[in-house]
Amino acid sequence: MNAIFQPWPWYVSGPLIALVMIVLLLIGKNFGMSSNLRTMCTLCGADKAADFFKFDWKAQRWNLIVVVGVIIGGFIGANLLSETTAVAINPDVITDLNQKGFTSAGEAYLPELLYSTTVFSDIKNLSLLILGGFLVGFGARYAGGCTSGHAISGLSNLQLPSLIAVIGFFIGGIFMIHVIFPFLF
Amino acid sequence: MRSILYLIIGIFFGIVLFKSEAASWFRIYEMFQFKSFHMYGIIGSALVIGVIAIQIIKRFKVKSVYGEIITIPPKAKSFSRYMFGGVLFGLGWALAGACPGPIFVLAGAGYLPILVVLLASIFGTFIYGILKDKLPH
Repeated sequence: MNAIFQPWPWYVSGPLIALVMIVLLLIGKNFGMSSNLRTMCTLCGADKAADFFKFDWKAQRWNLIVVVGVIIGGFIGANLLSETTAVAINPDVITDLNQKGFTSAGEAYLPELLYSTTVFSDIKNLSLLILGGFLVGFGARYAGGCTSGHAISGLSNLQLPSLIAVIGFFIGGIFMIHVIFPFLF
Repeated sequence: MRSILYLIIGIFFGIVLFKSEAASWFRIYEMFQFKSFHMYGIIGSALVIGVIAIQIIKRFKVKSVYGEIITIPPKAKSFSRYMFGGVLFGLGWALAGACPGPIFVLAGAGYLPILVVLLASIFGTFIYGILKDKLPH
């Protein structure tokens, strides 16, 4: 039982994520998180600004309910199912991050530099969060899916477009960490 | 009734994302540094099971519990939209350390600054919708 309160190993987590996709298929739905962002745009009235947002959002209502569940799941995972939320990353990475100013590496779930409330008065890091979020939303819709829709669902269905998208995810991510980060931190 | 099912699936998925640490900025950074197998193991093992399950569903024409035929709409053929969109997504994923699923997980876990990321991602989706016809697809 104690194992539940520890971080879950990859060989438990990966199959459980696949299970989510399979259960959704068995009830006639397709796994994808980023499409909810489009639905949220429509709910905010974006259909008046672009045809892209003119669609029957009620057909996506089920996915919004999944989102509500995911939020509750995040609360449960963090508050009820964890003894500690420190993430034991590779010691080399901790050393590297400490040098970059990420002092909470190895001791927290998220870096204090970006995700503690002090970020609200830190223009540089707040801007980086805004930029990161913007790129996630813009890129996911441009690519037609995110990690769940392409990397899990699309690749499981052996779709070439999803392979291209996932290669793109990694080109972008590797470029950010290896080329852009040294200028930022 | 079905709504309860969607909610339960979401709760389960949220817990898995949090407990697997796939929603941790540090794990994403470590993945792009190739310093741990953890994230690759998660995606890889999900794929092994996922590929097998979808092959079974297709071969045996498995129906959904409501008796409908299970369809997985194929993605339209293109290179540029998947590559350009993918690269932009990857840049954001590495910087914010969160993709859309984990953004909601972290909101539930109580990290207030993630709401900035969430609002920015909704805004990014909105700008894509405005610019869509001007972008190469």
